Amino acid sequence: MTKADIVERIYEKVGFSKKEATDIVESIFEIIKGRLENGEKVKISGFGNFVINAKRPRKGRNPQTGEEIVISGRRVLSFKPSPVLKKSINTL
Amino acid sequence: MTKRDLIEEVALQYPRFSRRDAEVMVNAVFDSMTDALAKGERIEIRGFGSFIVKQRSAREGRNPRTGTLVSVAAKKVPLFKVGKELRLRVDGQPIDDNDQEWDDDDEGEE
Repeated sequence: MTKADIVERIYEKVGFSKKEATDIVESIFEIIKGRLENGEKVKISGFGNFVINAKRPRKGRNPQTGEEIVISGRRVLSFKPSPVLKKSINTL
Repeated sequence: MTKRDLIEEVALQYPRFSRRDAEVMVNAVFDSMTDALAKGERIEIRGFGSFIVKQRSAREGRNPRTGTLVSVAAKKVPLFKVGKELRLRVDGQPIDDNDQEWDDDDEGEE
């Protein structure tokens, strides 16, 4: 499934023009990205939470050369699925 | 931000639609994604990330509090992998093109 498939589903459901549905789907993901970029948590009830975690710098090794390197600290995004989503996936 | 805030923001961006329309749209997006995952389909949103469903085998686990052995049933779990653009934006790095893909060994059933 891609963004285009989502648009297809929504446009059938709500009866907006395809252009409108495309714009809105695009906006929905842009709004979420903007918030995450600001370090904000995004909670979509029934689907899951997108959370930003700060990782400390740590020592790693180049697996090819065995050389020790420092992996810098960074902010990463993780997704925690809601119990509702987990349940939907396991009931067919 | 909650789903409610998201709906509010969509409604603000599209004054020609009612708040109710915005709510229907936002719900439809996540419902259609849930349906796709329930069918075991993979979802790929460019610039955002991708979702796959992975099979986990049954295993023996332990209740961490009591130490009792329990059997954990096989199940499917949804996994999200952040796309390159969003990964860089979240980390405050400059963005270049080309979305991140799943490695071959991450994909599909076990």
